[in-house]
Amino acid sequence: MNAVVQAQAESRHLLSGNEAVARAAWEAGVRVAAAYPGTPATEILENIALYPDLYSEWSVNEKVAVEVAIGASLAGSRALAAMKHVGMNVASDAFMTQSLAGVVGGLVIVVADDVGLSSSQNEQDSRYWGRFGHMPILEPADSQEAYEMVKYAFDLSEAYETPVIVRMTTRVCHVKAMVVVEGERIERPVPGFQKNPRRWVMTPANAKPRLPLMHQRDQTLREASEASNLNILSTGSDRRIGFITSGPAFMHVRETFPNAPVLKLGLSHPAPLDKIRSFASQVDTLVVVEETEPLLETEIRAAGLEVHGKDILPRFGELAPSVLRPAIKALLGETHETATRSQAELFPRPPTMCASCPHLGPYFALSHIRNLNIIGDIGCYTLGAGHPWNALDTCISMGASLSMAHGMDKGRGDSDEKKNIVAVIGDSTFLHMGMQGLLNMIYNRGNVTVLLLDNRSVGMTGGQENPGTGEDLHGLPAPRVDFAKLAEALGVRPERIRMVDPYELPTMVKLVREETKMEEPSVIITNRPCSLTDRFERLRAYTVLDDQCTGCGNCIDLGCPAITVARRETVTAKSGKSKELVFAQIDPNTCTGCHMCVETCAPEAIVQPEPQKRVIRIHTHA
Amino acid sequence: MLDRITNILVVGIGGQGVMTAAEMLARTALNQGYDVKKTEVAGMAQRGGVVSSHIRFGPKVYSPQIDAGDADLLIGFEVAEALRWLPHLRPTGVAMVNTLRIAPPIVSAGLFNYPDDPIGELMATGIEVHAFDAGAIAEELGNAKLVNTIMLGAISDHLPFPAEILKINIVEGFRAYKPKLAEVNAQAFDAGRNAGHIKAPLGAR
Repeated sequence: MNAVVQAQAESRHLLSGNEAVARAAWEAGVRVAAAYPGTPATEILENIALYPDLYSEWSVNEKVAVEVAIGASLAGSRALAAMKHVGMNVASDAFMTQSLAGVVGGLVIVVADDVGLSSSQNEQDSRYWGRFGHMPILEPADSQEAYEMVKYAFDLSEAYETPVIVRMTTRVCHVKAMVVVEGERIERPVPGFQKNPRRWVMTPANAKPRLPLMHQRDQTLREASEASNLNILSTGSDRRIGFITSGPAFMHVRETFPNAPVLKLGLSHPAPLDKIRSFASQVDTLVVVEETEPLLETEIRAAGLEVHGKDILPRFGELAPSVLRPAIKALLGETHETATRSQAELFPRPPTMCASCPHLGPYFALSHIRNLNIIGDIGCYTLGAGHPWNALDTCISMGASLSMAHGMDKGRGDSDEKKNIVAVIGDSTFLHMGMQGLLNMIYNRGNVTVLLLDNRSVGMTGGQENPGTGEDLHGLPAPRVDFAKLAEALGVRPERIRMVDPYELPTMVKLVREETKMEEPSVIITNRPCSLTDRFERLRAYTVLDDQCTGCGNCIDLGCPAITVARRETVTAKSGKSKELVFAQIDPNTCTGCHMCVETCAPEAIVQPEPQKRVIRIHTHA
Repeated sequence: MLDRITNILVVGIGGQGVMTAAEMLARTALNQGYDVKKTEVAGMAQRGGVVSSHIRFGPKVYSPQIDAGDADLLIGFEVAEALRWLPHLRPTGVAMVNTLRIAPPIVSAGLFNYPDDPIGELMATGIEVHAFDAGAIAEELGNAKLVNTIMLGAISDHLPFPAEILKINIVEGFRAYKPKLAEVNAQAFDAGRNAGHIKAPLGAR
């Protein structure tokens, strides 16, 4: 292999979009990066954290992350904040005004839209924020573009003194693709914060003169967009349809219609309308292919051009060649043959809680207590809405459980009269946005029982750190918040703050029963770590003595995936009624020896056998 | 170098090593000079959900997703998942299936049924199916985690590059990071490669 080929091979990396963003941020000389974990954006900060020569942190929520980045930018440092789409809603209060004030060091917000809801409570198009907040939007289509566009975003941000949004989607964040890496880190001089109250103190008198400047910036950015080489025209021989597209939708267009002319918008807002007009004149029919809302389509139509888009393509969900092909064929009046075999009728595999998950105990308790309205939150414990617990009644947004529960208490209807209201929230969600709800409830003399499930991790996104874990983003020791003291400081009476081991089921059930009957707010705090994290200690597996098992099925109600049905038997009781017995078994490879199920078993059929040869698990929760 | 795109779909359940196997295939293709894209949706896969990983490589790859009916190879780490994803295979494609059955809690609870004879259903489609118990081979070699390498060995003679290249990539990867596991992974690869040549008999479970 000669030297040139060798060098080429070394610069070719297989990177996810998130890894490419991290690499680009490092090369661009970013000095401060902040985020709150959220699928599909989580790995951006996890990868930035691997670079030693910049400061990075898990912030407690996305608004805080953006404000940290804003502060760094005002000091003249390049700064990045990353979040998932719903995090952008939380952060918006900060960047909506910062866009008016402008930036000093390049300020880039990377937002990842979970198109198709792989792990989210809704689907959103974050490109609205660019229009709403007067900020330019870059839309990478794959890892290589994510790498190049993030580097460019910092130059753009500084040149126009504006925050810049890089809009990713799941199929950019989590797709690994070849990236040719060319640069090294460039350190830039940092001037430090220059005091200028008329610029940085956004009182009405100071903010008002910024408005015309912001609109002027929109205009100059539109001119930049017209000239930008990120808005690329690919000519094609089949001019019946010309495609205008952005982000990963471009890949599906190119894949499906290799001979069609395509105008790909990398700097998609402000849209280059002159370039689009010129493109339109070269093709018979214009089709906009964009995920998820018809933003470009609406703007192009408003500019007086005839265009197809969401009239023939889906309004939501991911696009793919299989979605595009029939829609375009129909538009051209061609027939489309579907030759795919029909899907086998199969059981679903919904996500479940893990073996020895510390949430199992609280949900076992909640599912055994009547007359509760259980107001939930965002995290693994949202799974409590599913089988076999059916013990969660709402899930809306981060931290909503406490405030919604308070509202439900105050707005009780006739049928709620005898109901007790419970809020279920995890440690990280509580710190993110939940504790304000507790403060509000105390201040306004509410009556809600709060189950604060402290599993010492951001569980759903893969066990990240937070102020409750005692570690930071880098795994280094950090001050650990004391949840009991925090609850007390917010005004909960110390007698009503109860610490409990969630594995001790009788205590767990008793405590929830007691506290829900109280005529004042209570906070029950569980104290076992997430069983997928290093903080969890795995013990010897338990087994069911088949000759002792009476088939009561109590252990199965726990919902532990290690416990399954060995067999069912229908027996006839003395009363003549028939009853189904469910005999249990425990998978020794999945069981972690937490002993929670032992407490459900009256005949004491669940035992820990003597140690035998070492068991190697087939299922490792890596 | 093949001038068309090769589409490989790896499916299974969270925690089985589907993503690691897919990563290994993608890296090997990249080392062979192909353009590569690999995608999976695994947002909540760690919680016992389905994991599917798409690998596409060729001179130039645009879309990362494999369309239904377009996969050349299907690697199923669990037999019902192989059945679930079979419509993604092209009629001339090959399915390499681990006969392991993992029923989710909702099946155990009696809400849904697990198919009695998934291999039979796979065979009935007329597609070339190879099925074997990768877990048994892994246990013989003394480490259940080897299923991953066994499945890669099994598929290795159906790739557009020699099986030895994939083997070298896997074994050298282990030699660099976990040298103690290099030799046993080489054995697992070979054992999988042998097993992969056996076609599933009709009516096999």
